[in-house]
Amino acid sequence: MTETIALIKSLADRYGRTRDALMPILQGVVEEERYLSDVAMTEIARELDIAAAEVYGTATFYSFLDTVPRGKYVIRVCKTITCDMHGKKRVIEKIEDLLKIKLGETTQDKKFTLLTTNCLGWCHKGPVMLINNTPYPDLNEDKVTEIIMEYIRK
Amino acid sequence: MENLKRVDLIFGAYTNEKYKVLESSMSKSSEEIINEMIASGLKGRGGAGFLTGMKWKFTAAEKDPVKYVVCNADEGEPGTFKDREILTVVPRKVFSGMAICGKAIGAKKGYMYLRGEYRYMLPDLMKELEIYHEHARRFGHDFTIEIRMGSGAYICGEESALFESIEGKRGEPRNKPPYPTVAGLFSKPTVINNVETFVNAVMIMKYGANEFKKLGTSDSRGSKMFSVSGDTPKAGIHELELGMSLADFVNEFGDGDTKAVQVGGASGFCVPRKRFNDTIIGFEGVPTGGSMMLFNSSRSMYNVLHNYLDFFEEESCGQCTPCRIGCQQLLKGIVAVKKGEKPSSYLDQLLKLSDTMKITAKCGLGQSVANSFASIVENFKEEMIY
Repeated sequence: MTETIALIKSLADRYGRTRDALMPILQGVVEEERYLSDVAMTEIARELDIAAAEVYGTATFYSFLDTVPRGKYVIRVCKTITCDMHGKKRVIEKIEDLLKIKLGETTQDKKFTLLTTNCLGWCHKGPVMLINNTPYPDLNEDKVTEIIMEYIRK
Repeated sequence: MENLKRVDLIFGAYTNEKYKVLESSMSKSSEEIINEMIASGLKGRGGAGFLTGMKWKFTAAEKDPVKYVVCNADEGEPGTFKDREILTVVPRKVFSGMAICGKAIGAKKGYMYLRGEYRYMLPDLMKELEIYHEHARRFGHDFTIEIRMGSGAYICGEESALFESIEGKRGEPRNKPPYPTVAGLFSKPTVINNVETFVNAVMIMKYGANEFKKLGTSDSRGSKMFSVSGDTPKAGIHELELGMSLADFVNEFGDGDTKAVQVGGASGFCVPRKRFNDTIIGFEGVPTGGSMMLFNSSRSMYNVLHNYLDFFEEESCGQCTPCRIGCQQLLKGIVAVKKGEKPSSYLDQLLKLSDTMKITAKCGLGQSVANSFASIVENFKEEMIY
């Protein structure tokens, strides 16, 4: 908790305490902690001197600003049309199989969360997924296995 | 290939000296730059196709001492990936275009709004931005650029939603008017253009409006980046002259079995094979931000439409009722018809609903759902029912 408060203070020092600093601060917390806890959101509200409801309302609008705990590695598989046509379902099933979780779930050790997302902008090289910020295009069952195994070993 | 003209403007090599086009543009007056843009006939490359020169002119005419230039790099339309490539290969041209616009309208500050999905590009862009700032200082051009990130919301590609997001709010579109040229970012006069539009502006400053006008047709000047995907052996990014027929496009990019092309992404139009010959790709025909998705005869157009409606239902900001409820009902409706829970005549009611959304939705998202919905349902009715 004190770590979260220190993080928010340093983000506010960097981005300022005006309303337009809110997005960079929310993004900075998600980058470090993978999600926005209640503590984080109320602390941001205090730091920027705005209502906590404003912070919560803004955060919950954006699909990448999670407000529930996520794993250390958040996997987002693109589900939009061309990735769908080129086998995203098999890729998701393979990841479910490897991590022993279902879509939307987080592994017990809090290492991985598996989600889907809308168009990632790699339609010519689908299926594609993001692991945190890194895109992995041209996926098939073998390739996704290789990538996930590498993360498991990390 | 003889019917399609390939062009190499956008990805063409940089000038030998860094930011040379920007430097030479600094000796021109605001009026000269804007006149060149107007003369070129350049229309915005994000999809809507507003005349870029006019947008710059309106903003330049505003008296407010504080103005902004915003680069819309929130490329979220399904089937579009050209801005990602442009920002990877030639970011210098994008920053140059923003800076030239700054000179033209009298702005000192620019923002690039980069979608969260492209966060991985930020370190490289920041490096280039540092080089830009060094050169801008050297030219005595008082114009700084800041990059702001999105966080996974398609609607933030809508210009006023994008401003809201930079301002630290929910990405909900505003009522128009006022337009951005009068009251945009932080309620100040603002030019907002797509990534590709700024690169085109640089090319116009480099080669002149007359050279630029030699490409394309009278309604669609210049070249366009196309993002080609789906059932095609040539998926990728291709820069082509505007004004070609869809038949020529399919001859080049199809797999020999193309039954439909979705032009302009999920918010664009689905063109069936029988219309390939008489469909022109450009502002005089079917406009596109560059997304071209090909479907061959093995594809179920019901699945395609279902996927688009899933997308819109999730990405609708929920602010206005026609879009929030409309997207849900269209999706529920096609599922019910497919399952036989509703008669096929129910599709007509859904078409009426999509027409209503076109008129009543607050922004481009809700208004354009009808484009793909009506063009798929009307052209592939059997596939919706059986």
